[in-house]
Amino acid sequence: MAKKSTKDTALVSKKEWMIILGLVVLPFVFNFSTYVQGLLVIMMIWVMLGTSWNLLAGYTGLVSFGHAAYFGIGAYTGGLLFFHFHISPWWGLLLGGPAAVILGYLLGIMVFRLRGPYFALGTLASAEILRIVFGEEEWLTNGHNGILYITTWTTKYPYYFIGLVLALGSIFTVKAVMRAKAGYYFLSIREDEDAAQALGIDTMKYKNISTVLSTFWAGTAGAFYMIYMGFIDPEVVFALHNISIITILVGIIGGVGTIWGPALGAAVMVFVQEFFRSAFFGLAPSWVSRLHALAFGLLVIFVILYLAGGIVGDWDIIRKALRFKRKTEIAE
Amino acid sequence: MSILKVENLVKNFGGLMAVDHISFDINEGEIFGLIGPNGSGKTTTFNLINHYYPVSGGKIYFKGQDITDKKTFEIARLGIGRTFQVVKPLRRLTVEDNVMAAAFAREQSFAGARAVAKEMISFCRLDKWSEAIAGGLPIAGRKRLEIARALATRPSLLLLDETAAGLNPSELDEAIEIIINIRGKLGITIIIVEHIMKVIMSISDRIHAIAHGATIAEGKPEEVAKNPTVIEAYLGSDYNVENYLNA
Amino acid sequence: MELFLQTLVAGTLIGGLYAIIGIGMTLIMGVMGIINLAHGQILMVAMYITWVLWQYLGIDPYIGIIVAVPVVFYLGEGITKYLLHPLMEKDSIIPENQVLMTVGIGMVLVELVRSIFSSDYRSVQTSYTESIWRIGHISLSVPMVIAFVVALLLTLGLFLLLIRTDLGRSIRATAQDKDAAILMGVSAEKITILTFGIGSALTAAAGSLFLPIYYLYPDLGPIFTVKAFVITILGGLGSTVGAIAGGLVLGIAETFGATYISMGYRDAVGLVIFLLVLIFFPGGLKRLTKI
Repeated sequence: MAKKSTKDTALVSKKEWMIILGLVVLPFVFNFSTYVQGLLVIMMIWVMLGTSWNLLAGYTGLVSFGHAAYFGIGAYTGGLLFFHFHISPWWGLLLGGPAAVILGYLLGIMVFRLRGPYFALGTLASAEILRIVFGEEEWLTNGHNGILYITTWTTKYPYYFIGLVLALGSIFTVKAVMRAKAGYYFLSIREDEDAAQALGIDTMKYKNISTVLSTFWAGTAGAFYMIYMGFIDPEVVFALHNISIITILVGIIGGVGTIWGPALGAAVMVFVQEFFRSAFFGLAPSWVSRLHALAFGLLVIFVILYLAGGIVGDWDIIRKALRFKRKTEIAE
Repeated sequence: MSILKVENLVKNFGGLMAVDHISFDINEGEIFGLIGPNGSGKTTTFNLINHYYPVSGGKIYFKGQDITDKKTFEIARLGIGRTFQVVKPLRRLTVEDNVMAAAFAREQSFAGARAVAKEMISFCRLDKWSEAIAGGLPIAGRKRLEIARALATRPSLLLLDETAAGLNPSELDEAIEIIINIRGKLGITIIIVEHIMKVIMSISDRIHAIAHGATIAEGKPEEVAKNPTVIEAYLGSDYNVENYLNA
Repeated sequence: MELFLQTLVAGTLIGGLYAIIGIGMTLIMGVMGIINLAHGQILMVAMYITWVLWQYLGIDPYIGIIVAVPVVFYLGEGITKYLLHPLMEKDSIIPENQVLMTVGIGMVLVELVRSIFSSDYRSVQTSYTESIWRIGHISLSVPMVIAFVVALLLTLGLFLLLIRTDLGRSIRATAQDKDAAILMGVSAEKITILTFGIGSALTAAAGSLFLPIYYLYPDLGPIFTVKAFVITILGGLGSTVGAIAGGLVLGIAETFGATYISMGYRDAVGLVIFLLVLIFFPGGLKRLTKI
C-alpha cells in the first residue's frame, strides 16, 4: 500500500518521470547490439505480464497460475486474423486485449467459485486445456506448425518504444486503479473476502473488474509478442512453465502487491538469465552458460525464503543488510 | 417505528437447530441487547440478518423491505452494518485505509472517503493508531476498528458482536461510551450481543434472551435479569443474577 | 469390444501407477495443506537416478528402485526441513507461498537435471521392455503388469503403515486436525517432514517403475505434477482411498481419450474432468462415492 503522502500527489511522480526519461533515452546513450535490443523488448513483454498478474494476484488475492491462457489468446487473436484473413497482425494489438478479457470473463464464471489453491489449480488447468486444444485443432490454428508472419521492421528500436509505451501503460493503469475506490476494494477482497462483503463490497463484481484489467494487459502483451517475434505456436504462448510460472516468479522476485515490483522483477529475471547465459559476460568458462535457468530458480528460492515481500516490498531489509555490510568492511 | 423485524427465524446446521423460531421487532433509535449462554445462537442470528448464512426459514424485514434473500453486500448497502466477534481487520492495511475501504460504500471520491474515515476514526478514538497497520493493533484497537469500519459504511442499523470482549476495565468504560455515542450522536439503532452483563444491562433499552436457539425472555433489562428461566439458563438454578452482576 | 477391453485394461494398469503418485501428493496435501507443484519433478529425479544406475552400472530398473526410493525420501525430507517448513511462520501477501516455493524447487530440480544430463531423451532397453503377455485377444505389456503389481503392494504397505503403526496414527491425526495433534504431543514438524519424505518416496517408486515404459527427459516432471494434482482433487483432497480411485479414473479416462478421441487429447481429458469435478463436486469423488 502506498504511503499517504504519495496518494495526494500526481499519478506520475518525479522519480517515475526520471525512470521514464531514462528508459526513453537509453537506446540513444548506449550503442546496444541487436541482441541486447531484443532483450529489452522481451523485458517489456515481461513487465506487462508481471504487472498484469500482480493486479490480480498481488492486489486482489486471486493467484492465477494460468496467465498463459490470456497471453496466448492475445497472441493468437492477431495470429489467426492474419492466418485466415491475411489481415495485418497489428490489428491484434488492438483486439488481443479485448479477446483476452472475454476469455477471462468466461473462465471467471467457472473459477471464481473457487478460493485459494483451488482457484490457482483451476486457472492452471484452463490454460493447459487451451494449449492442448490450440495444438490439436489444426484447421483453426495450424496446430503445432504455428503461425508465421514476416515482421514489419528488422530493426528492434521501434518495438522497444512501442513495448515501452505499452509496459508503462500497464503500470500506470494499475497505479491509477489502486489509488481509487476499486483499488481499495481489491485490497479488501485480498485481505478478507467475508469482511469485504460485510462492508458492502460486491466482491464478485470487483473480482471481475480486476480480471478485466489484468487480462487486457496480458492479452495485449501476447499480441505484442506475436507482432515482434513473427512466429507463435501453442507450446510457446500457452506454456505452463515458460509463461504462467515465470510470470508468477517475475512478480514474486520484484514484489507482490507493489506498483513497480513486477517491472523490476522482469528486469532482474532477464538480467540474471543473461548474466549466466553469457557466462558472466565471457569472464567465466562457457559451461556456466548452461546454468542460466538454474540460477534464476535458485534466486526464486532465495527470495521466497528471505525476502517474502520481493525486492521492492522488502527494500528496507535489503538496504539495511547492504549498509550493515559496508560498515563492517570499513571497520575491518 | 420498526427498523428491523425478524419473524420466526430458523437455521438448521445438519440436524442441529442453531436458531429455532426467533422473532423480534426493533424500533428506530433503540439499543437492543441479545443475550444468551455460549452457543445459544446469538452470532448465528447476526449471520442470518446480514446473510452470511442463508436462512432455513422465516423472514427478515428492514425498514419494511424483505431482505431475507438479499446478498451480504446488498444488505450492507441498504444500511445494516456489523462487526465480527472474531475480528476481521484488513490486516496489511493501515487503520485509515481499513476505514476508507468501508467509506467507499457511500463515497465515490478519494477525498470524500478519507473525510468520512477520519471522522469515524476520531469518533472511535483511534486517532493515535490511524497510520498503524491493522494486523498489529492490540485487541482494544482492533475491536474499535471493527466499529469504525462498520460506521464508515453509514449504516442506520448496527449489529455489534461482542465488541467489549477481552477489554480491561478502563477500555471497557471507553467502549461503552462509544456505543452510547453511536446512538446519541449518530442516531444509529443498535443490536448488541455481549457477554459482559455490566455492559449490556447498562446500555440496552430492551433485552432479548435466547438459549439453545430459542427465545426465553424479552423485556426491559431489569425484568429479564430477574426472569427465573434466564437465571437458570445462564447459571444453573440456584444462583442470583444480582451477585453475578456485582462480581 | 476388443478395443474397448484392451483400452480398459491398459488404462487400469497405468491407473495403478497414477494411484501411488496421487497417494504421495494426497498425503502431503492432507498433512501440510499445500499442493506440491514439484511432485512430478521429484518423480523425474527418481527416474534419472534409476536410469544412471542402469546406464553406468547396469543395474536393472526394478532393483534400482531400492536405491532411488531412499535417496528421494531423504531429498523430500531435506526440502521440507530447509525450504518449506521455515515458511510456516512467515507472513506473505500471497498465502500460497509454500506452494510457490514448490514451484521454485521444481524449477531448480528440472534445471539441475538439464544441466547435468542435457535435454536429450533417454530410455532403458531391457530384455522385458517389449515383451507382452496375451490373454485371449488382449495383450498386456509385461513391464506395465509388473509396475501395477508393485504399485499395489506399495499401496498395501502404506495402508498397513497408516493404520497399524503409531507413526501412521500420528500422520492421520495431523492430517485430520493439526492443532489437536500437536496438543496430543505429536511433533508437527517431525510429522510434516516425514510425510513429505514418504510422499516423495512413493512418487519415486512410480518413477522407477515408469522407466522401462517411458522416455525420460527433464521436462517430464511438470506433466506428472499436473497429473498428480488432478488425481488428488478427483479423489477428494487428503483422501488416500480417494486418490486410488482418482488414479484409476485418470488412467482409464486418459487411455480412452487417446483411443477414441485422439492421441493429442490424452492429457486434456484429465484436465477437463478435473475442472468439472473442481467446479461441480468440490469434495471430489470421495463425496460421490462416500468412501
